Amino acid sequence: MPVAASAIYFLNLRGDVLINRLYRDDVGGNMVDAFRTHIMQTKELGTCPVRQIGGCSFFYMRISNVYIVIVVSSNANVACAFKFVVEAVALFKSYFGGAFDEDAIRNNFVLIYELLDEIMDFGYPQNLSPEILKLYITQEGVRSPFSSKPTDRPVPNATLQVTGAVGWRREGLVYKKNEVFLDIVESVNLLMSSKGSVLRCDVTGKILMKCFLSGMPDLKLGLNDKIGLEKESQLKSRPTKSGKTIELDDVTFHQCVNLTRFNSEKTVSFVPPDGEFELMKYRITEGVNLPFRVLPTIKELGRTRMEVNVKIKSVFGAKMFALGVVIKIPVPKQTAKTSFQVTSGRAKYNASIDCLVWKIRKFPGQTEPTMSAEVELISTMAEKKSWTRPPIQMEFQVPMFTASGLRVRFLKVWEKSGYNTVEWVRYITKAGSYEIRC
Amino acid sequence: MSGHDSKYFSTTKKGEIPELKEELNSQYKDKRTDAVKKVIAAMTVGKGCSSLLTDLKELVYLYLINYAKSQPDLAILAVNTFVKDSQDPNPLIRALAVRTMGCIRVDKITEYLCDPLQRCLKDDDPYVRKTAAICVAKLYDINAELVEDRGFLESLKDLISDNNPMVVANAVAALAEIQENSSRPIFEITSHTLSKLLTALNECTEWGQVFILDALSRYKAADAREAENIVERVTPRLQHANCAVVLSAVKMILQQMELITSTDVVRNLCKKMAPPLVTLLSAEPEIQYVALRNINLIVQRRPTILAHEIKVFFCKYNDPIYVKMEKLEIMIKLASDRNIDQVLLEFKEYATEVDVDFVRKAVRAIGRCAIKLERAAERCISVLLELIKIKVNYVVQEAIIVIKDIFRRYPNTYESIIATLCESLDTLDEPEAKASMIWIIGEYAERIDNADELLESFLESFPEEPAQVQLQLLTATVKLFLKKPTEGPQQMIQVVLNNATVETDNPDLRDRAYIYWRLLSTDPEAAKDVVLAEKPVISDDSNQLDPSLLDELLANIATLSSVYHKPPEAFVTRVKTTASRTDDEDYPNGSEQGYSDAPTHVADEGASPQTSSSNAPYAATRQPAPPPAAPVSPPVPDLLGDLIGLDNSAAIVPADQAAASPVPALPVVLPASTGQGLQIGAELTRQDGQVFYSMLFENNTQTPLDGFMIQFNKNTFGLAAGGALQVPQLQPGTSGRTLLPMVLFQNMSAGPPSSLLQVAVKNNQQPVWYFNDKISLHVLFTEDGRMERGSFLETWRSLPDSNEVLKDLPGVVVSNVEATLDLLAASNMFFIAKRKNANQDVFYFSAKIPPGVPFLIELTTVIGNPGVKCAIKTPNPDIAPLFFEAIETLLKA
Repeated sequence: MPVAASAIYFLNLRGDVLINRLYRDDVGGNMVDAFRTHIMQTKELGTCPVRQIGGCSFFYMRISNVYIVIVVSSNANVACAFKFVVEAVALFKSYFGGAFDEDAIRNNFVLIYELLDEIMDFGYPQNLSPEILKLYITQEGVRSPFSSKPTDRPVPNATLQVTGAVGWRREGLVYKKNEVFLDIVESVNLLMSSKGSVLRCDVTGKILMKCFLSGMPDLKLGLNDKIGLEKESQLKSRPTKSGKTIELDDVTFHQCVNLTRFNSEKTVSFVPPDGEFELMKYRITEGVNLPFRVLPTIKELGRTRMEVNVKIKSVFGAKMFALGVVIKIPVPKQTAKTSFQVTSGRAKYNASIDCLVWKIRKFPGQTEPTMSAEVELISTMAEKKSWTRPPIQMEFQVPMFTASGLRVRFLKVWEKSGYNTVEWVRYITKAGSYEIRC
Repeated sequence: MSGHDSKYFSTTKKGEIPELKEELNSQYKDKRTDAVKKVIAAMTVGKGCSSLLTDLKELVYLYLINYAKSQPDLAILAVNTFVKDSQDPNPLIRALAVRTMGCIRVDKITEYLCDPLQRCLKDDDPYVRKTAAICVAKLYDINAELVEDRGFLESLKDLISDNNPMVVANAVAALAEIQENSSRPIFEITSHTLSKLLTALNECTEWGQVFILDALSRYKAADAREAENIVERVTPRLQHANCAVVLSAVKMILQQMELITSTDVVRNLCKKMAPPLVTLLSAEPEIQYVALRNINLIVQRRPTILAHEIKVFFCKYNDPIYVKMEKLEIMIKLASDRNIDQVLLEFKEYATEVDVDFVRKAVRAIGRCAIKLERAAERCISVLLELIKIKVNYVVQEAIIVIKDIFRRYPNTYESIIATLCESLDTLDEPEAKASMIWIIGEYAERIDNADELLESFLESFPEEPAQVQLQLLTATVKLFLKKPTEGPQQMIQVVLNNATVETDNPDLRDRAYIYWRLLSTDPEAAKDVVLAEKPVISDDSNQLDPSLLDELLANIATLSSVYHKPPEAFVTRVKTTASRTDDEDYPNGSEQGYSDAPTHVADEGASPQTSSSNAPYAATRQPAPPPAAPVSPPVPDLLGDLIGLDNSAAIVPADQAAASPVPALPVVLPASTGQGLQIGAELTRQDGQVFYSMLFENNTQTPLDGFMIQFNKNTFGLAAGGALQVPQLQPGTSGRTLLPMVLFQNMSAGPPSSLLQVAVKNNQQPVWYFNDKISLHVLFTEDGRMERGSFLETWRSLPDSNEVLKDLPGVVVSNVEATLDLLAASNMFFIAKRKNANQDVFYFSAKIPPGVPFLIELTTVIGNPGVKCAIKTPNPDIAPLFFEAIETLLKA
């Protein structure tokens, strides 16, 4: 049964109910107390996001300082429920202008009730596209409860658009300048052993799109991925152009992309929603260019002293540079004193996370700064267990660099009025979980 | 962008309800709007607004109508408004009216709902139709007959051919739900509907795709060709960004794959499913968890799908613990000769992390891999040995437990490592690890030179060991004796057998010891054949599901069932509550009751530490009275579910009995099932300075019972009947109560004090019934136990420190001092003084049991926090365990 929820609760960290919405009466109104006493007030919190208490099951997620709890008593679709929560939060954020926390909920509870009523019916998720919902669920009542001027403004076709085949774009949009912005954002996930061999490495990338296009445009996106190129050359019976092609392990698309067509022709064609959205996500494991190499040597000299030497190599083009590079090197809890020498950036000891934190604001390519630190430890008698070393973690952003080598080859826009469009493409690579064991 | 609604939360105090009422009836629209918001805010935070119920009824409507912003007229009756609204020119309002009416579960409204619903199902606007489709499911939930009589099902089926995809999706969802709750075939998927729905799939919203895929997964294809066709049309869904769509598509493909015979097609499909499954692991951790639980099922059926993807299941340092645990489980399933080196390196890494549970699981995982992969066993063992050398206590213990299993799996292969294991002998403190180590010593006694010494070191503490360890010690000693029948082991076996037969009251241990004893004394060769027999080889089948269960779970991918790894019947209780919505509005008032009283850990199976088996030789053990047979309740698998769902008082005290006699029910010591229909409830009580045995006889047999007599076995306090048992003849179906006066020091048993009270009851019609009861020490506390402060201090000083016994009562909370003092005083525990020590409160009490043995008691606790430290000083410290038992019962009451 694809039912996702019988009831949904928003709780703050203390367990106070901020919002409750019962969609079905197969769960009692006070089930949330069971959640409080059996999950929130015990150590169980955070040990498992799906729990059964009595005849009911609870799914919960924490988002900033709010718990969103879904209660069901049937064999509900959990995947659907969690995805619904994720999407609903995205929707609320788009209504509240970004923030989703206790204050935002308290300030907008009437709106939230309205939305909850609209996006789910009897436990079945309905249309959650912000673009369409904003057509007929507005915030006016919220902004000024005292000016209740008649807002019987007719909403032409709203209902048709909610239910229509293109349920994510409204008609009749007009822009003076037709522009499309493409952002290719990649996160590199790396797990490297202490000996320098790559244990796992992959890139999860997404293509974010910002569309300011008039009418109902049809878009087609071309990338330098292997399958797409092969298919293209097959269709046009033209040999594949030389140049780097990359193999995508998996791609998932926004609901606007015609999947059947992608499956048969390997082309990404779609009618985009207006404004900003995530067009596609992809994953690559082969041929990843790691932007940084980390070479740590950590020596424990006796019980009270440690020597940490870290060298970072940037292996991208010399003309490029990385921003906001942060390297966190864990040290034992009983660290007392630290001294540093760095060839670039700044390093300090952060006791709250038990790490040496080395920050380099601007990090040019093809360089290899080093940091060496001496750490003095308080010797403790109770120290029976040897220190288990957590991995070194790294954060960075490298603009105009893709770890996968993915490139946008073309973005074609067709609209019956035949306007010209301007396309902008940006690339950026960020650190996902970039871990080096030591 | 943010509004200002938060102020409504702060203004609703109970005293303001009349004010609210006034505002609700205000003539100004602004004020009314405000009041509505206030009431909604109050409802949300759980304040009682039920006194506004009459206004509230209107209010719900008012709120909803307000919401539509176009129907300000409140004077018209709500129903009329709805009916009228369902014909409004604005489709949003038409839909709203139908949706709201479906949500208000009042019969009257339901009847009025039929006509508008009928109309809306055929509305021109798809938005109204999609709302009406769901509304049919709502109505079916309230009144199934009405839906069938009015022909809504037919209209709903027509909507499957609707030209709007969202209408189709909602109609499918509604039909699927109705089908699930009905025994008649209502929604049968033919190949025609199938192809229509598959076409609609392309145009649906993401959620609609989930509805359709879930409904279609029930479809059984006629042959392999049809199955292939279906799969081909579903495969594109694997590329969807919505994880629910992906999982539902996977479910459908797996279902159809069962029919596909071509290995090429199957291989190809497996190849296609792998990447999307892996991609799910980059979603939110909660979604990852759901995906991992499902992948666990999928790899059990089709291990090839992810055989090459083991790396993606490597744990990240910052993964939440529930994700790590599931990843580990899948890594074990995917481990093969090809990747084992890599996997072992990972496990070894995890075994040095911080989270103890995770570390233990990682160590166990190494052992399971060793058992699973013969060729890798040696490497696994060397990793385990390396871990043992780190000397982290719980790692060592866990490693020894798995090494025992490895020895069982590969006998006579790896015994060379025993010496290393023996080095960590003295660090073992967990029963399972100890038992495993002892098993290893016993099993390989002939190869361990000093096996007898090692075992002897354990024997010293034999009486204090947990049952599990005692059993292993017994068997190991016997093995040692059989293998090395020299003088040392001979003495040991005497000690062990004596300990295990005379000194214990664990029947399992005693029985096993007697069997060994007899075997050894009659025919040592036979004993060898039995005890040293070759053992069957084990395999790692932990966490493997039964194939038929696996089939069922795979058909339920993405649902709760697949997360719990239980079939839906195991946790879904189909108890339909028919309470109307208006009743529900009241719930915040009732929110205090229910859960706090419910036992917290009933659901944790197997966590019960109590070993009631000591009573096994006798007919009965103490247990709560069985629930009355009269109210037929549906089979509820989970006890807690019952407690939460229903009024639990009925389950514990039969209602009729409670009404008949004001005396509280007695614990059942002899259930009717063992007493051939005679049920006895009994408890020791103290009344007016005398001990009584309060008894309740219930005759559930077909014949009258008479001539009741009672006899008590020797016991620590020499409790015995002070008179004859006065029970009149009991007619079938009746019960009789009696208070039997008791006397002390009649027939005292030797040996350490025990709370055991063995009782025999007979009557003229039945055989003699034996049962066990427990002596609660507080029953014996005499009324003259009060001490003056001075004499208390003096007695305290005069007793040597060795007479002081300490015990922590971790589960006890003292929240109300007055009540606790009263409670204890009622049981003749007299309050002497109180002092403060840091944030703790220390209380002193005195009590006395016959023949004048004083107890000086010191209780230390933090008021309101769990955990009470109890110290007592008494000339007779042997009774201390009984005392602690008694005080724990009292404080928990």
